[in-house]
Amino acid sequence: MIASAAEALARDLAGLAEAEERFRDEVTLLIPRPRLLDALARAREAGFSVLTDLTAVDRLPQQPRFEVVYLVTNYGAPARLRLKVRVEAEDAVVPSAGPVYPGADWLEREVFDMFGIRFSGHPGLTRILMPDDWEGHPLRKDFPLVEEPVHFVGHTPKVPSAIIPKTRRTPPTPP
Amino acid sequence: MTDLARETLVLNMGPHHPSTHGVLRLILELEGEVILRTEPVIGYLHTGFEKEMETRTYHQNIVFPPRIEYLATMIEEHAYVLAVEKLLGVRAPARAETLRIILGELSRIASHLVWLGTSAVDVNVTSMLMYCFNDREHVMDILEMVSGQRMMHGYMRVGGLQWDVPPGFTERVRAFAGDLPGRLDEYERLLTDNLIWRERTEGIAVLSYDDALRYGCTGPIARGSGVNYDVRRAFPYGGYEAYDFDVPLGTRGDSFDRYTVRMEEMRQSRRIILQALDRLAEGPVMVEDRKVALPPRAELVRSMEAVIHQFKLVSEGFHPPAGEVYSAVESPRGEKGYYLVSDGSNQPVRARVRSPSFNNLQALPVMIYRNMVSDVVVAIASIDIVLGDVDR
Repeated sequence: MIASAAEALARDLAGLAEAEERFRDEVTLLIPRPRLLDALARAREAGFSVLTDLTAVDRLPQQPRFEVVYLVTNYGAPARLRLKVRVEAEDAVVPSAGPVYPGADWLEREVFDMFGIRFSGHPGLTRILMPDDWEGHPLRKDFPLVEEPVHFVGHTPKVPSAIIPKTRRTPPTPP
Repeated sequence: MTDLARETLVLNMGPHHPSTHGVLRLILELEGEVILRTEPVIGYLHTGFEKEMETRTYHQNIVFPPRIEYLATMIEEHAYVLAVEKLLGVRAPARAETLRIILGELSRIASHLVWLGTSAVDVNVTSMLMYCFNDREHVMDILEMVSGQRMMHGYMRVGGLQWDVPPGFTERVRAFAGDLPGRLDEYERLLTDNLIWRERTEGIAVLSYDDALRYGCTGPIARGSGVNYDVRRAFPYGGYEAYDFDVPLGTRGDSFDRYTVRMEEMRQSRRIILQALDRLAEGPVMVEDRKVALPPRAELVRSMEAVIHQFKLVSEGFHPPAGEVYSAVESPRGEKGYYLVSDGSNQPVRARVRSPSFNNLQALPVMIYRNMVSDVVVAIASIDIVLGDVDR
């Protein structure tokens, strides 16, 4: 059951959103980038005073490639709502949520570190988990997951993903 | 001529400092002994768990949660399997849910005991560490008895539990729950009336109600500041809606309030455990759905269907429908959430770990602003930091 406060906010933000998804009692609103800060500010006013999580998804090979995901929570009502912004890889810049939710500071640094998405207006967008001189952004899908070379003769390290390959279920064909 | 009175000193604390409870580095800007600015430097324990989880099947990923946060291991496993269950749309049987709650609350007590022991050591009450680790060892024994491992259990399964608990489990848990209140009373007599403990914690590392919300703090830190938010109460999961327990709150948001909140939480956990033991009825501990659960051994020699299911589950794993879910539990440190994105394949496209320690640590510079250097140690201890959880 979707909490009534989340329903109310989803209705309120319907004018700003491009699309709405519902899956397993969770509401996700897809917001165009120029209206993101407006939507976050309205969520905050509506009692969703905590930014619980801010992360990103690399949708490669789909376009637009990146999705920045905001999860806001209303502690009083209790309700959760997810807002998403999609950005192209060539123009991976999102306005910083810092002015609305100060707690976004580190979370945005982590997204920058892991995905290379920039947040305009962020006071100090530097790497947070990886070393400062690291090249690349590890959670991008085109960043390979490899093991460090092991100095044993006759040992060929196997990439973990090669052990059980990714499989996709094919939909049953109608008779 | 430089004005010496206005000069500040930049002090590097950590990453290898015994009181940082891991590898945390703080860059402190000091005026005398008063802290003006703090810059936490994290990432020393970053192991890329999220990336690893995106290259393995949902079932293989069960081993990661207890390694991310190694003090409340059962709660971590619970958080992950609940997220996958939500994605799949299955619910574990009643006995499995009750056992998960018992094991989770035992883990919470164990984690709070580690916090109590180590934070007491930080203000030089060294005997507390031995008392608390002694009690924690009883929990570790119970968890080992159940799963075979003291810490990295891998006991929970998507759709239930690996196997049922061994005979004698309820007696062991009841014995532990019977001993606990007396022990806690003893610890409180040792600390609450201790002048040094009170002077070191009262009014130290104050986090206001508004700042707790602004920085997304959860868990005992937010509740110490009066934020009435407990995931078990706000978004009940895995059967918690049926249990009766109180959510203790602080008023001043200082280190002492966090101490009282955690002490009361251990008592409430014991209350939940006793209720759960009363409700523990016989029954299966794994869902019947053969698309999710491995068939029992006995079926494998009789049924071709069972062999096929076994082979498909082991070699390929199950395929949740395409979609995305966020599922959170109340860990001893706050809201521990898993955000999973599925594209219909046997591996998650995105597995995001929302760690409470990360957000809580972000509030550290606010908490220790204009406090003394020696109080940094108390502040870090009162956050109950697990650096594995911060860096993931």
